[in-house]
Amino acid sequence: MCLAIPGKVIDFSEVDGMKMARVSFGGMVKQVCMEYTPHAVAGDYVLVHVGFALSTMNADEAERTYRLLEELGQLTELEDGSAA
Amino acid sequence: MKYVDEYRDQEVAQKIAGEIRKTVTRPWVLMEVCGGQTHSIVKYGIDHLLPEEVELVHGPGCPVCVTSLEMIDKAHRIALRPDVIFCSFGDMLRVPGSEVDLLIVKSRGADIRVVYSPLDCLKIAKANPDKKVVFFGIGFETTAPANAMAVWQAKQEGIRNFYLLVSHVLVPPVMSAILQSPVNRVQAFLGPGHVCAVMGYREYEPISARYKVPIVITGFEPIDLLEGVLKTVQQLEAGRFDVENQYSRVITREGNIAAQKLINMVFEVCDRKWRGVGSIPKSGYKLQYDFRDHDAERVFEVEEIDTQESSLCISGLVLKGVKKPHECTAFGKECTPEHPLGATMVSSEGACAAYYAYRRHGIAARQSRS
Repeated sequence: MCLAIPGKVIDFSEVDGMKMARVSFGGMVKQVCMEYTPHAVAGDYVLVHVGFALSTMNADEAERTYRLLEELGQLTELEDGSAA
Repeated sequence: MKYVDEYRDQEVAQKIAGEIRKTVTRPWVLMEVCGGQTHSIVKYGIDHLLPEEVELVHGPGCPVCVTSLEMIDKAHRIALRPDVIFCSFGDMLRVPGSEVDLLIVKSRGADIRVVYSPLDCLKIAKANPDKKVVFFGIGFETTAPANAMAVWQAKQEGIRNFYLLVSHVLVPPVMSAILQSPVNRVQAFLGPGHVCAVMGYREYEPISARYKVPIVITGFEPIDLLEGVLKTVQQLEAGRFDVENQYSRVITREGNIAAQKLINMVFEVCDRKWRGVGSIPKSGYKLQYDFRDHDAERVFEVEEIDTQESSLCISGLVLKGVKKPHECTAFGKECTPEHPLGATMVSSEGACAAYYAYRRHGIAARQSRS
């Protein structure tokens, strides 16, 4: 129910006074309300829940944490290696 | 898909699992709050990657499951009116009320429509000015901005034939209720990532401090969940109890201020009944007085409906993390997703339904051996 999926903003429009955007989810395109992420620009990834963008994905944070996690094992392997 | 596929990398998952094994020295009980997390954990077998000292119990965070029986009976009463088009998210259709579900109500002639977004209901309302269009507004804080916007927009545009049947629930009060329970086993939480995308995580800090429990706000992909467990276990082993943010690519401490602002303009906090749990003070949202003309409960006069739950099922204990689904004697026998006895079997995100979908064969084999 709280499922929310990251999608890429293509372009913007205004519908009934609301800021909307076309957002691509791996090629599937949907209309999304952008009122809660007013700073998002075309090309940004936004997290979408029931037709509303709730958050703009932070690319730097995503990169940083993923690198840290990838390195986890390398440190372990080094420690294991030195102990052997 | 970007931001999804890389968080399912098996090699990285194994590395984190290895780190958890290195960190843990004694038994710990962790609860994942959100039903979406429960679904991922069971689907990907995350719990099977963990050392036996780390037990994951499944929390109450499935709004479909915890929507009270009487609210579903109210929905049925409204949907059966000939002047109503009743709109809902698809996963509410099969949830049984005290007698039937919305699919059966539909087969009896009600005009029931599945929508993707609450905004779809405004289009339906405009296209059907002679009908009353009602949306079943369930959900946690994650869904509140969408429902708030639908009501706000209806008022702005003067769409007077749109109504919201509000059954919103809030996460922090139920976490406190679990921690206050005399049978509580939970020592730490994986916090609900998408709820915090809206609300931020400031309101979890007093809970963590008061009950001395670590709360790690966690995402939904396998690697998110494993990293959430790692951060939680690191805190437990070190005797720390902080609120930490594993899901930093999505979440900030402040959350989405624009969304919170509209929620606070449209909704106010109220007491709310939870299926399988009972009434919890200040654990839900209702519409503010200014939006009373869009309040389905008031307009359709169903406020007096009061339904008692069956005492047969143990879903209340499952929702509080006291019991696991397979510890129920009715699991997979009298109680299945087709014929659910209680809250946790009614939606695919309920703990019992997730076990039924991904684990029932193993459970049946163990039961026949014992």
